[in-house]
Amino acid sequence: MSLADKDRIFTNLYGYQPWSLKAAMARGDWDNTKALLARGQDAIIQEIKDSGLRGRGGAGFPTGMKWSFMPKESRDGRPSFLVINADESEPGSCKDREIIRHDPHKLIEGALVAGFAMRARAAYIYIRGEYIREAETLFAAVAEAYDAGLLGKNAAGSGYDFDVFVHRGAGAYICGEETAMIESLEGKKGQPRLKPPFPAGAGLYGCPTTVNNVESIAVAPTILRRGASWFSSFGRDNNKGTKLFQISGHVNKPCVVEEEMSIPFHELIEKHCGGIRGGRDNLLAVIPGGSSVPLVPAEQIWDAPMDFDGLRALGSGLGTAAVIVMDKSTDIVRAISRLSYFYKHESCGQCTPCREGTGWMWRVMERLRTGDAAVEEIDMLQQVTKQVEGHTICALGDAAAWPIQGLIRHFRPEIERRIAENAREAAE
Amino acid sequence: MADRHIEPDSPELRARWGNWAWTPDNAAKAQEIIARYPEGRQRSAVMPLLDLAQRQVGAETNTQGWLPIPVMEKIAAQLDMPIIRVVEVATFYTMYNLVPVGRFHVQVCGTTPCMLRGSDDLIKACHQRGMKPGHTTADGLWTFTEVECMGNCASAPMVQINDDNYEDLTAERLNTVLDALARGEQPKTGTQEPGRHTVEPVGALSSLTAMVSENHDYRGEW
Repeated sequence: MSLADKDRIFTNLYGYQPWSLKAAMARGDWDNTKALLARGQDAIIQEIKDSGLRGRGGAGFPTGMKWSFMPKESRDGRPSFLVINADESEPGSCKDREIIRHDPHKLIEGALVAGFAMRARAAYIYIRGEYIREAETLFAAVAEAYDAGLLGKNAAGSGYDFDVFVHRGAGAYICGEETAMIESLEGKKGQPRLKPPFPAGAGLYGCPTTVNNVESIAVAPTILRRGASWFSSFGRDNNKGTKLFQISGHVNKPCVVEEEMSIPFHELIEKHCGGIRGGRDNLLAVIPGGSSVPLVPAEQIWDAPMDFDGLRALGSGLGTAAVIVMDKSTDIVRAISRLSYFYKHESCGQCTPCREGTGWMWRVMERLRTGDAAVEEIDMLQQVTKQVEGHTICALGDAAAWPIQGLIRHFRPEIERRIAENAREAAE
Repeated sequence: MADRHIEPDSPELRARWGNWAWTPDNAAKAQEIIARYPEGRQRSAVMPLLDLAQRQVGAETNTQGWLPIPVMEKIAAQLDMPIIRVVEVATFYTMYNLVPVGRFHVQVCGTTPCMLRGSDDLIKACHQRGMKPGHTTADGLWTFTEVECMGNCASAPMVQINDDNYEDLTAERLNTVLDALARGEQPKTGTQEPGRHTVEPVGALSSLTAMVSENHDYRGEW
């Protein structure tokens, strides 16, 4: 089981070749896009549904189904919008950046195809503020597409009018949440909205809106060209397709790589990352899907299939497929505590359990790190994570709770050891 | 939530910034930005305009730039929104500097993926050069901030300095970059790992080898 180069969608992933329209067209992008659109909205959505593509932003919601929620006609004159989530900020995630700076035309063509399929009049690409050079590339690529007649009036000769705008964020993780992103696009603080109404009913400017991740949109044209059955020939049932994995931390060669879904963890690491630093026996734990998912201990992750269902079975998740590898030199409590600090820093402050809870959890985590705590506080912390989880408007509260729950589940003896050691030292 | 405060309003601040206006170039850019949003939705332009204003202030003060209250008022008037709504946005998003900063804003990523690859050493190296969190050095050259994940995890640890990223750093490599900037030179951006191009595995490629030397079209192999 191994993905061949010819089946990789992002062939310029490493940026050895130019990102320009000319180079992208030579690689096969924007190749008779008019014919793709001529298949009609329903056929495009059906093809995406058949391909089994699940959203690549973390939640894994079926992309074709999401598109089908959009109104087929506007009864009250409101236009529809596509918002593309390029606010990649989940610790460990660094895939959308590579798409944007090295293969932006895949994204822009995907925006037209997806926008057409869901009958949107324009797409806003919301790119995180810190991606400064990447945004420059994206602005330039969009301008190229306009100049070539691929966007705007009669986009790509299809008879369909479609605009693509780029909107830069300014440093707020929470704007990756879809309704916070919409608020931010409207010129406000990025604080998530209560749902319902869902964005497909009332989103950007109160109009029907779909928010999709960069990778979900960028793979769409290739799926249409090669067919749903090609895409669904990779990965296990319910976990189809190819996927950009981002491996960071204690491997010999960290990298971003496109692989087949469901590839076993050890194969991914050995084939592309030169193995674990210090060898397999030196592996301590892995956070397989970005900071929000619970960690998985070495012995459980080794043979696990890297997909939505396989990792959920281990009490974790695929998330954005940002694989953070930790070897035995890692101070595991500090590694998780640093994530707690991240969530404290990024909480938008709207809901009390999250605003107060993230700070409280971080402070307790810092004491557990040094062992300056009582054993009962581990249970208290666990209990508080349960009081934050599920009690906030958006999932940031959950995301702050899960890494701590994972730590307690798998490394409680280590936390207790530190507390005992600290008590012993204090007594001496 | 991030701990942030704005520079207090004062007669001195008014004297310095009260008459601030767009440069002709930026005035045109601002119009172009506002046109990206539907009519009557010009408020959506507040974030890009704040960024543009910060850059203009930066150019005027030879720093990364920041947002004095009179500048925010200007934008509020232009977009026909209450000043408090602009201040809310400016204080919410961490990339807007609310107080004056130095020539170079050294933002070291300290989140777990960078931490695992040695960001502690980078922070220490900055401290050894006299940088302190949220503080500008006496020579006006450096403002230091430890920031949250910047999305360069496969080439960690990294530092963003003004508009550019420096990746695959060690304390030694960071000092080389900072020395070059202090001398007024522009060091190579991106990865600092010799032989590495971007985020591919270091050494022999594990995929897409044909792309290195030519703009390979794989369609013939489908």
